[in-house]
Amino acid sequence: MTALAHLPTSTRPPAPPPVRRGRHRLLPYLLLLPGAAWLLVFFALPLLQLAAASLYDPAGSLSTGYAMTWAVGNYPDAVQAYWPQFSRSFLYAGIALVIALLMGYPLAYAIAQKAGRWKHLLLVAVVAPMFTSFLVRTLAWKTILSDSGALVGLLRDVHLLGPDGRLLATPAAVVLGLTYNFLPFLVLPLYASLERLDPRLLEAASDLYASPLRAFARVTLPLSLPGLTAGTLLFFIPATGDYINAELLGTPNEYMVGNVIDSAFLVRLDYPQGAALSFLLMAAILAIVFVYLRKAGTEEVL
Amino acid sequence: MTRESPADDLRLADLTKRFGVFTAVDDLSLTVPQGSFFALLGASGCGKTTTLRMIAGLEQPTGGQVLLGDRDITGLRPHKRPVNTVFQSYALFPHLDIHENVAFGLRRRGIRKVGDQVERMLALVQLQGYGRRRPAQLSGGQQQRVALARALINHPQVLLLDEPLGALDLKLRRQMQVELKRIQAEVGITFVHVTHDQEEAMTMADTVAVMNAGRIEQLGAPAEIYEYPATAFVANFLGQSNLLTAEAGGRAGDDVRVTAHGTRFSVPAGRARLVDGPALLGVRPEKLHLADGVDRVPAGHQHVGGVVTDASYVGVSTQYLVRTAWGAELSAFAANSGVAAPLAPGTAVTAHWDPRHAFLLPRAGADERTEGRLGQPPVGALP
Ligand SMILES: Nc1ncnc2c1ncn2[C@@H]1O[C@H](COP(=O)(O)OP(=O)(O)O)[C@@H](O)[C@H]1O
Ligand SMILES: [Mg+2]
Repeated sequence: MTALAHLPTSTRPPAPPPVRRGRHRLLPYLLLLPGAAWLLVFFALPLLQLAAASLYDPAGSLSTGYAMTWAVGNYPDAVQAYWPQFSRSFLYAGIALVIALLMGYPLAYAIAQKAGRWKHLLLVAVVAPMFTSFLVRTLAWKTILSDSGALVGLLRDVHLLGPDGRLLATPAAVVLGLTYNFLPFLVLPLYASLERLDPRLLEAASDLYASPLRAFARVTLPLSLPGLTAGTLLFFIPATGDYINAELLGTPNEYMVGNVIDSAFLVRLDYPQGAALSFLLMAAILAIVFVYLRKAGTEEVL
Repeated sequence: MTRESPADDLRLADLTKRFGVFTAVDDLSLTVPQGSFFALLGASGCGKTTTLRMIAGLEQPTGGQVLLGDRDITGLRPHKRPVNTVFQSYALFPHLDIHENVAFGLRRRGIRKVGDQVERMLALVQLQGYGRRRPAQLSGGQQQRVALARALINHPQVLLLDEPLGALDLKLRRQMQVELKRIQAEVGITFVHVTHDQEEAMTMADTVAVMNAGRIEQLGAPAEIYEYPATAFVANFLGQSNLLTAEAGGRAGDDVRVTAHGTRFSVPAGRARLVDGPALLGVRPEKLHLADGVDRVPAGHQHVGGVVTDASYVGVSTQYLVRTAWGAELSAFAANSGVAAPLAPGTAVTAHWDPRHAFLLPRAGADERTEGRLGQPPVGALP
């Protein structure tokens, strides 16, 4: 019994002795099986197919068939032809992210810390737009921003817009659409982090000579970093690949890489180029995510 | 640190805090001398934390002032006050290691080289070598010491401690009480220590303020309060008291005459808070002695007769309950010094005391009914 006395005190009764060890060891893998099979069939295989397609002979066509010629040149060709759309994707998504952060952080903070009994209602309000289709909502913005709409009329009246200035079919409209459509993906993870923030820590910070701004920088921000990282990625990745906003709220001058990929596959039927562009986008996003996560990770340690 | 003058006393003037219609702190005024160890003692919910939060600036008073020396700091934001707090919940920063937690205040005041100071402070609270750990990796007692170090390192004019030992087990608690007192003597900072543990307040503090329902009932040195409580609440919150319902009947020389249940007693005028009117005659249980007959009562002592109804042996002493002729139960502690034989329940005894150990308190109708609930169960002769 002396040995028992040294056991760490635990509120749970000791686990029953493991029976049928073999089954227990296999269990995690069995649980993984459906997901792994799904990923293999619907992600890995199409990805391989896409990788192969990006190396097809660009001279082929859908009717004549494609030959596998390891045409690595598809990649530089795609970059050369579409680098404006490519960089525009990252530029628009980046600007939209900054705007979304400026709006979304205070919003998430207010809901998590200051809303009191309105908290759940406000959360529903953040999510509610997603009850209708992405497409319908973007079309609604098209109406709101249209040249004959009340908003443009008002802005023209107060001379914020010239007499024939417009909102629709401008880069601003596309960025606005991106910001609007992906804002909930930023706000929700941020909210989850800020909700757990103990307000007593902020009191302790102010007791230890931190002004409200310093308390934010030293306590609130670092403690919300996990939500901030997740939210930023959940916002930025789909926003970069998006083509609906540029399609509906912009003109070909605002087209992003998503529009080009869309037309390569569905309009021009240039499969090798579409596949090469898709792969380039994926690689660029992966690189950004990797760098970002490493940086965010070390900041958290600091 | 500059040598503080007495002008650095902490003063609360008519401090009031209301939450809606509820008054948490009620017109509180007190002075904490610079460099003293001051304990704010009271039952849970009596407004101790609210008082501390107003001193720290975390709560804005509804009325009154907080003064440091001649300076009115009532409207000052918390980060501008030379006051630091050890919070009831510790509130350590979970994302910072111990070193950075302790350095937090120094860094916010723009001090660059903090390493030596932090090391010295960690040594003071006996946590050398823990600098690189996170708060979650420490035990409750260690976290408490980090919270203390984090506040102390700033050399505040006043350190506020909100039941900092509440979460510790008894042994560590006693150890930390001694430790805290040692540290206070070493750094010479004013400590305002909030606790609901009367023993803790008495062993640690130079001055104790007993708080009840948002007000100070009595303020003074521990021995002073214990020996001569001002109200029935204090008499029973700080230790126990036998309180006999009595009537004060005016001065007789240096004494005040008292009648209780048809018997005449007297109390020295210096230990009577009233001369005339409804009163409570108080005697501490350890000052109530038991004799086996009226002829054994020492000269000058006053006495009542009764029967032992209960005897509980608690090691250093035996605690007796004695039922008087009119049905009140008195409590008496007899030291187990081996001189007297233990008394069995049922024994007829005479309880006696030196009138210089008795005290006389005013008796208000309401007081009698509430004291029993708020303090420890009164063992005295309450109707
Ligand atoms: N923010 C608040 N809102 C309403 N009532 C409060 C608030 N803070 C404290 N109180 C009330 O004030 C009283 C005193 O509280 P507190 O100062 O925390 O007591 P203590 O620290 O002595 O236990 C309690 O009855 C509590 O319910
Ligand atoms: Mg409290």
